[in-house]
Amino acid sequence: MSQPVSFVTRADALLGSKEAAAVVKGIRHFTEARDRVAEEFPIMEELRDRARTIRLHSLRHLDRLLGHFADQVTALGGTVHFAADADEANRIVAEILHRSGSRLVVKSKSMVSEEIELNSHLEDLGVEVVETDLGEFIVQLAGDTPSHIIAPVLHLTRQDVAALFSEKLGVEYTDDPTELNEIARTHLREIFLRADAGISGVNMAIAETGSVVLVTNEGNGRLTTTAPRVHIALMGMERIVSRWQDAAVVLEVLARSATGQRLSVYTSVITGPRRPGDPDGPEETHVVVIDNGRSEILSGPTAEILACIRCGACLNVCPIFRTVGGHAYGTVYSGPIGSIVTPGLHGMEPWWELPYASTMCGACEEVCPIRIQIPSMLLHLRERAAAEGRLPGWLNRGMSRYARTTTDPQKWRRAKKWASRLSAPLASRGWLRRIPGPGRGWTQYRDLPRPASESFNEWWRTNRGS
Amino acid sequence: MEGQRVQLLVTCLVDALAPQVGRATLAVLENSGCRVDFPEGQTCCGQPAFNVGLTDQAREMAAHTLDVLDETEGPIVIPSGSCSQMIVHHYVELFEGTDRADQAERVAARTRELTQFLVDDLGAAPSASCDGCSVAYHYSCHGLRGLGLEAQADRLLEDIERVDLEGDKECCGFGGLFSVEMPAISAAIMDEKLNRVEASGADILVGGDVSCLMHLEGGLRRRGSKVVVRHIAELLAGDDK
Repeated sequence: MSQPVSFVTRADALLGSKEAAAVVKGIRHFTEARDRVAEEFPIMEELRDRARTIRLHSLRHLDRLLGHFADQVTALGGTVHFAADADEANRIVAEILHRSGSRLVVKSKSMVSEEIELNSHLEDLGVEVVETDLGEFIVQLAGDTPSHIIAPVLHLTRQDVAALFSEKLGVEYTDDPTELNEIARTHLREIFLRADAGISGVNMAIAETGSVVLVTNEGNGRLTTTAPRVHIALMGMERIVSRWQDAAVVLEVLARSATGQRLSVYTSVITGPRRPGDPDGPEETHVVVIDNGRSEILSGPTAEILACIRCGACLNVCPIFRTVGGHAYGTVYSGPIGSIVTPGLHGMEPWWELPYASTMCGACEEVCPIRIQIPSMLLHLRERAAAEGRLPGWLNRGMSRYARTTTDPQKWRRAKKWASRLSAPLASRGWLRRIPGPGRGWTQYRDLPRPASESFNEWWRTNRGS
Repeated sequence: MEGQRVQLLVTCLVDALAPQVGRATLAVLENSGCRVDFPEGQTCCGQPAFNVGLTDQAREMAAHTLDVLDETEGPIVIPSGSCSQMIVHHYVELFEGTDRADQAERVAARTRELTQFLVDDLGAAPSASCDGCSVAYHYSCHGLRGLGLEAQADRLLEDIERVDLEGDKECCGFGGLFSVEMPAISAAIMDEKLNRVEASGADILVGGDVSCLMHLEGGLRRRGSKVVVRHIAELLAGDDK
């Protein structure tokens, strides 16, 4: 999980790249559609309030809801497993596959499986794993990583995909989206029919009925969870609501915020394994509930981040994400939400710098369907990073000196005078083109106004002072 | 005529780098009939420290600012949405549960961003003027999303030729120390903004925060652009040249 290279290094390398250009182009579809659909839906704001209440309620009663959910699933004939960390989750999945003699596994999209790096774990054990979400399928084929929570290949162009398909699948080059889709479909259909087990994520679990809800646009989720003999659903432990009517409210805001759809094309509800008389469905169903650092987040100041429903809206409006794309973050969960989740799940080292990858513009909180207070949590994490002594020395020392100066008006006056005098020889018509020291990053890209020879304070005292 | 007494807080950036914006703010307030005081002990509100997580230093600066302001009377008017929301929202958080909590609440309740004060409180707002020029307005994030300010500037700019600026409510990439810590990303976001400013056909780019404006003006100068940058107070005071 740990990345030796810093966010800034990764981000700077992506600036102006083909990948960043693809992100800019792709993301516009999402934001425009989201704005349109929110506008035509007058009760959106009210539903956001309700969805927030529902999700926060779930977090407060997580133990009870998960217990109830597990009882319901068990009563239906399914099995619930609790995994404390990634290793345990991977082991549980591997054991289920081993016991059921499953060698070929199809997967629908699951971010938590990326988080625990399930695929590589299973492949090491000789299990063949095939991603069936089109985006994830492309990512897997390319040996790449997803760059966006809901749009894994936001960073690729249609032409990139065309080249990849023709190379890896041995088909004739075409960049027609319908044809590309058909190629993937044909390829995957045959695998679906042969697969022993299906692994899916969980958008929401419903405690009262022991159901899991899956939201997809391609129908691959439905095939993954019904065609093979075994279904394993992986869920972060926070992904639960009490009742059906709660799930309905969350679904109302989820697709609208994510893709600007009123509802995703498929909303699948899976309630237990195949029952007598059912024409299809898995013989075995398992739900793996994964902690992997969530309990720790839940007990701290960023607990609210667990209310996130993974719509990705905050990524789409974030000026940083839009400029550099998801790979800059070096981890599964990118953008504003990822900058809070990642240090929470995997520790401040080396992830403490992610909360600094923000201008604090607040666009994320403005679109978040759960109204999660993202900027204030970023500030919390910054405070923690600073308290742990992670900031560069110049910043620590400089800010302490600045605080000493600005808490003494005499010193502040003198400092302005000095700054003005020292900068005079460097300035041309009141502007500086290059300054030394930690501020050089500024003048690398823009001019800086020279400190005025007469500050406002001084002007006031000369002209208006008593 | 006995006008309303107001306290002018110019912000550290205006004080040190853009005193002309302070003088314009003063002129606008006086032209609107206010009696303006300038508490001379004012320095910096502490936002730079607060935003990087150096909370102790931020608290020291905030405490100083509170002491300076709390001994004055009347609305505290600030030509910056960002520093206003620092005082309005974050001071209260910084001193929650301390013996300064009441002081923070008192000062926050008196604090107004300039356009907010002119339009919402004074009602008799002046009109910006700018002969024969067209204006693009950038809504800075903290005023826009932090304080909900949008209509105020629109109202003040009613009599001016406004051009559409694509993405005028999106961040300019400044972000305080972000602009120095992650300068290339900050500049890339700025470049997108400046492309849009130049494409808008505006002669003047106007905003309500010197911080964002100084970043954008610095970028425009580096490009050799002809677009001029002004704080809205300068247009309201008639300093459009």
